Amino acid sequence: MIPANRKFLLTLLTPALLVLLVFVAAPVIQSIILSFHRIIIGLPQLKSPFIGAENYRELLHDPVARHSFLVTVFFVSTTTFFELLLGLLLALLINHRFPGRGALRACILVPWAIPTVVSAQMWRFLFNDAYGMINYLVFADKVSAYIPWLAAPGTALFAIILADIWKTTSFAALLILAGLQIIPEQLYQAARVDGAGMWRRFRHITWPLIRPALLIALLFRTIDAFRVFDLAFVMTQGGPADATNVLQLYGYKKMFVEGWMGYGSAISVAVFAMVLVLAVVYVRMARRRLLEATL
Amino acid sequence: MTWLKKTGFLLGILLSAAFSLVPFLLFVSSAFKTQAQVTAIPPELWPSFSIDFFRSAILRYGILHYLANSVIVAGSTTVATILLATLAGYALARLPRRWAHFSLMVILACAMFPQIAIIGPLWRFLRFVGWLNTYQGLVLPYVALTLPLAVWIIALFFREMPQELEAAALVDGCSRIGALVRVILPLSVPGLFTAAIFTFIYAWNEFFLALLILTDPAKQTMPVGIALFQGEHTVPWGEIAAASFITTAPLVVMVLLFQRRIVTGLSAGAIKG
Repeated sequence: MIPANRKFLLTLLTPALLVLLVFVAAPVIQSIILSFHRIIIGLPQLKSPFIGAENYRELLHDPVARHSFLVTVFFVSTTTFFELLLGLLLALLINHRFPGRGALRACILVPWAIPTVVSAQMWRFLFNDAYGMINYLVFADKVSAYIPWLAAPGTALFAIILADIWKTTSFAALLILAGLQIIPEQLYQAARVDGAGMWRRFRHITWPLIRPALLIALLFRTIDAFRVFDLAFVMTQGGPADATNVLQLYGYKKMFVEGWMGYGSAISVAVFAMVLVLAVVYVRMARRRLLEATL
Repeated sequence: MTWLKKTGFLLGILLSAAFSLVPFLLFVSSAFKTQAQVTAIPPELWPSFSIDFFRSAILRYGILHYLANSVIVAGSTTVATILLATLAGYALARLPRRWAHFSLMVILACAMFPQIAIIGPLWRFLRFVGWLNTYQGLVLPYVALTLPLAVWIIALFFREMPQELEAAALVDGCSRIGALVRVILPLSVPGLFTAAIFTFIYAWNEFFLALLILTDPAKQTMPVGIALFQGEHTVPWGEIAAASFITTAPLVVMVLLFQRRIVTGLSAGAIKG
């Protein structure tokens, strides 16, 4: 109806694309290029020689990197699993109409809205070995039994996983809730008339219909969990004994603490490659959703 | 049976509210305790509503300075992102489908990159142009990282607006820009506002880039200040809690006021920037 003034529209699009090009796309491409060079930040006189796949070869034989990879994968799978499980339960709960539903929704949004750094300091405080609430909750007045949670490898990783679950379960819940709300009420009524119990209604109506929403939540949480940094940085600095040395933290240390820009770039490209695989899956799904939606 | 169900339901509600709020309340309540209360073993539950930690956080640690930086950074990021996203979102909503899809895919793909994959070259670029430790050095990357979600929300909103309105304005002699500014924008305020909330929260909370781009304490934002909070000998928990309280209060108010909008934004886009 309106004459499609394509040139005008593309002009409107240009500033946004330009910012994305300069501050996201170009840096990503340059990261890939840097990862084939030896670059040391503190020693510019060494120039930055091209060394082929040397950084990647080193990465494959780096025991700290391998450990960091395993820690990250463990973190990603545990947090995602629990966030989806609890998120599903939470979504089923909020999907009911009850007085105070809005208040509950606001409550569960609080962990999502606060800065990750604040929640990291919060859990660091709660897990404190002397005056932390967790010790008090577990051991009450038996002070001699108090555990230094963040100073032992196993419990430190557990603490970070718990902190992440606390922070992002509500996000998963809201994505799943969106899937629940498009299920027509008539389906449940019909099933009830046919004598289906609660479990069978869930199994045969809810579950198949929220699977797309669950899948999207799964991909989002996985992609996001791979980027974990703030929690480990504040709560444990990657310790003890590298138990919480997640990949983004390791890459940061190599690049900015030790100054190995080239090697650090190889780590970041590796993280990027893992996320990319997930992102491609997501974008393909999003396109289908998009075609169904209005745009 | 229904009695059992009701009890279980109520229990679920109470549990989820407690799970979300109690850890946070336990932490920020420390801001209102005294030094002796914070380090009591075993811990003391009830604060004495002392404001000593706030005074100390403001006077000795100068956190209002960090707060001002946060306001500047998050504020300018929001303004710039919404401006660019409005133009781009309008274009995407009016371009032919094929073009719009392709552009949107490119834009959304940018939201997927882990920050670690851009920080090295970004840092070198900012150092090259002398923008490390400047506001624009942080704001521009934030704009890039918040654009995808904002564009998505705004484009969806524009798409749902009847094109007849715009056509009428054009017939009445409005230019295209005029029609956008006078007719479309006033009607899109809710969509723009939703996008603005998400953008602001992102920029207010972001830590990784802020840590690396702003190394000068005079320029650092609240999250960096809170993460690097150092006392002389011990960890100043009371002051950290006070700073956390100040940082979080505006967000909690936003959540309470705009929860419906946030939920819609989250689920409509099903995306996180």
